[in-house]
Amino acid sequence: MVGPNGAGKTTLLRVISGLIRPRVGTLRYGGEDLTTVPPHELPALGIAHVPENRRLFPHLTVEENLKVGAYAKRARPHFAARRDHVYTLFPRLKERRHQLAGTLSGGEQQMCAIGRALMSGPRILLLDEPSAGLAPIVVRQVFELVRHIRQEGLTVLIVEQNVAQVLRVVDRAYVLETGRVAAEGSAAALAADPAIRRSYLGVH
Amino acid sequence: MDPFLLEALLNGVLLGGVFALPVLGLNLVFGVVDVIWLCYAELVMVGMYTVWFLHTQAGWPLGLAFAVCLPAIAVLGLLLHLLVVRPLLGRPPINQVLATGGVLFVLQGSATLVFSTDFRSLGVEMPPMEMGEVFVSGTKLAAFVAALLGAAALWAFLKFTYVGTAIRAIARDREVMPLMGVDPRRIYLIASAVGGALAGLAACLLVVQLDMHPFVGLSFGPITFMICVMGGLGNMLGGFLAAFLMGLIVSTGGFWWNTEMSYVVAFLFFILVIFLRPRGLFAR
Repeated sequence: MVGPNGAGKTTLLRVISGLIRPRVGTLRYGGEDLTTVPPHELPALGIAHVPENRRLFPHLTVEENLKVGAYAKRARPHFAARRDHVYTLFPRLKERRHQLAGTLSGGEQQMCAIGRALMSGPRILLLDEPSAGLAPIVVRQVFELVRHIRQEGLTVLIVEQNVAQVLRVVDRAYVLETGRVAAEGSAAALAADPAIRRSYLGVH
Repeated sequence: MDPFLLEALLNGVLLGGVFALPVLGLNLVFGVVDVIWLCYAELVMVGMYTVWFLHTQAGWPLGLAFAVCLPAIAVLGLLLHLLVVRPLLGRPPINQVLATGGVLFVLQGSATLVFSTDFRSLGVEMPPMEMGEVFVSGTKLAAFVAALLGAAALWAFLKFTYVGTAIRAIARDREVMPLMGVDPRRIYLIASAVGGALAGLAACLLVVQLDMHPFVGLSFGPITFMICVMGGLGNMLGGFLAAFLMGLIVSTGGFWWNTEMSYVVAFLFFILVIFLRPRGLFAR
């Protein structure tokens, strides 16, 4: 999902994960109307949301952050296995598992936030600007990770400003402008669209 | 060293242990629910009467009375949250201060109606223990050990359980908790029950040391709030350390001057701290 600031990208993610209730409209997932499900029950349904600015618990250790991510009753029995999986995805987190999350670098914090979301065993992962504020080399790692997570069978809905790079790791893309879908299609088709190239890829 | 000063220092540490429990309870509830239970000392008072009634009136063994007091005050904490605090969440904080302050007067008044204003005492005393040159009250020592065990149990709960970890997390960021599968309302309830249980434990430890009357909360309530503020409201470790500091000030103040003056010294120290470190002694 790409689009200018204020288009409603973050709002859309917050509606899906229940942080905001829609005033009108429906939200369906596997035939179920999500607008009537209490927000704290959504992780158990397989929806995980890595919010804007990561929102880690800075005064808890890396491993404690992962533990909070596995809070749901159905996630607790899988804590050890999923934690080990997260540590194989991010060896740096394993090295720093007893360190306070607030002392991690920006890239490590993003890894920890994604790891925390994976602890609930999601089927859909919502990522809100995971590359924001990161150095270019770390941004590449984050997108590489998105590609990897998708290969494991997770559906990823990602909001990004980094349009050129995100189009290389996704199947479909949507352009959101002032709350409406202005364009949609396969990532390759959108990357070739002259209007998109002009507005979002900086090609004239 | 002067054995009397040594005794005063030792008593200060023992007193600090007993102060620590209500301080931890208040800080827990404040950190999680963001509400100050002004009636906290009165929850302790109700717990003291519970033990006194079950032991001296109903004839229960003291241990059983203690064992009932803890869950009883935990339930009282739950009810306080459900009936008084929850309907006011999200309103300006003054509402919750006024409401829990109202509960303070209701509890004092009810205790007066039921038990009258007579001073009551449990009449339980353990023999003093001799440690080198100093004598220590066995009751105070036992209360201190129980307080430390209670604090250690709270620490283990907050450190190692899922709910405890969520409690520490929610104190920092409420809004994202549903994304972790955490229902904040449930965490508020659990914190209120644990806060009540700590008041119940404090009641068990105070009932063997103090004569009780409906206004007994006034003799340790204000100092509890002072310690919380000194340690930094919501800061559990800061409050725990400040409790011992305050215990030492009160008991050595009694050594240098006299018992009445010791609380004056404690208040002066508090005022000084508020001027110099308004966010608490241990604020970073």
